[in-house]
Amino acid sequence: MSTEWPLWEIFIRSQHGLAHKHVGSLHAPDAEMAVKNARDVYTRRNEGVSIWAMKSADIAASSPADRDVLFEPAASKVYRHPTFFPMPEEVKHL
Amino acid sequence: MYAQQVDTGVAKVRTAADMTEEERAFQARIDADVKIEPKDWMPEAYRRTLVRQIQQHAHSEIVGMLPEGNWITRAPSLKRKAILMAKVQDEGGHGLYLYAAAETLGVSRDQLIADLHAGKVKYSSIFNYPTLTWADIGAIGWLVDGAAIMNQIPLCRCSYGPYARAMVRICKEESFHQRQGFDIMHTLCRGTPEQKAMAQDALNRWWWPSLMMFGPPDGESVHSAQSAQWKIKLLSNDELRQRFVDQTVPQADFLGITMPDPDLKWNEELGHYDFGPIDWSEFHSVLKGNGPCNRERLAARVEAWDNGAWVREAAVAHAKKQSARKEAA
Repeated sequence: MSTEWPLWEIFIRSQHGLAHKHVGSLHAPDAEMAVKNARDVYTRRNEGVSIWAMKSADIAASSPADRDVLFEPAASKVYRHPTFFPMPEEVKHL
Repeated sequence: MYAQQVDTGVAKVRTAADMTEEERAFQARIDADVKIEPKDWMPEAYRRTLVRQIQQHAHSEIVGMLPEGNWITRAPSLKRKAILMAKVQDEGGHGLYLYAAAETLGVSRDQLIADLHAGKVKYSSIFNYPTLTWADIGAIGWLVDGAAIMNQIPLCRCSYGPYARAMVRICKEESFHQRQGFDIMHTLCRGTPEQKAMAQDALNRWWWPSLMMFGPPDGESVHSAQSAQWKIKLLSNDELRQRFVDQTVPQADFLGITMPDPDLKWNEELGHYDFGPIDWSEFHSVLKGNGPCNRERLAARVEAWDNGAWVREAAVAHAKKQSARKEAA
């Protein structure tokens, strides 16, 4: 019988106030073991205060082939960045 | 290195003329230092080579736990024992980061491990040497981890995203390993004459195998050239070896011990150390399986895997039972 454990993606929050960040993956038979293993694999040097684990199979991802179509709309909207607007030098606090 | 003589499956380096349009676009991305990610298109040879390279690297981390594990129960103090356990645990972690990177290329963990156990894939030959004294633990951290860092720092910039990211994590942790090794050597060298002699003996035995870790001399392999073009090998074997010698000799001078190489001397003109010829017949013999510990190392891995089978199966059975109960409730 094949006993390969499912793959989990691990997210760690490094300190209070910051978002959980993807750090890598690991195999575990269930969620409880995934969190325990993540503690040993990814926080041996106080890297985290919180762990999220989710099954890799449950992640929906955009496809690299769709990259152009998906992200093209943002490319033409440079006015979304504050640096788009020229500010007169003598005007302060803007 | 940790990955020795990785076969790229090519007979000569692919030139732009040999490439399909897709391959040319792929090479252009690499040339522009754009990282390749798991779902991106990649040539089959690139994928296969990376699987081999990352896999060898991962196996080296895992097998590398064995020579050091040999001394955990015999460490000279509780502090040294705790430090060595932390280091060996790190090596296990490094193996896991690398296995995970290899798995993004579409191979399963069980397959990777089966390949190691069947002897289809190598691990670094350096781990086929025995750890005879406590000083060997110092020499391994100082020299073997030192040589590994030399190779791994450029790999943080390699073209494959998951591999590069694993290397960043590993490099951060690895410098602790090198320093703890040097600290063991430093302590022995400041101890009794017997302790210093022990440090010298360890250096005598580990120096040449450490230099061999960088692999055969340049210009002997078409695979190196192809791997360089793909940016999964960023510096040549000889370049890395020379850097390692230049960096390590002054450290030995500080310790007051000497490399077992009568030809070693500073070359003022080149600004490098010259060193004597390496006995490549030893390297090839160890690579073929005839090193002092090849059989023992592999047998230990297979035994650990087989003895752990019931635990893996029980964990799966438990997970199934729990999820069935949850569904029923």
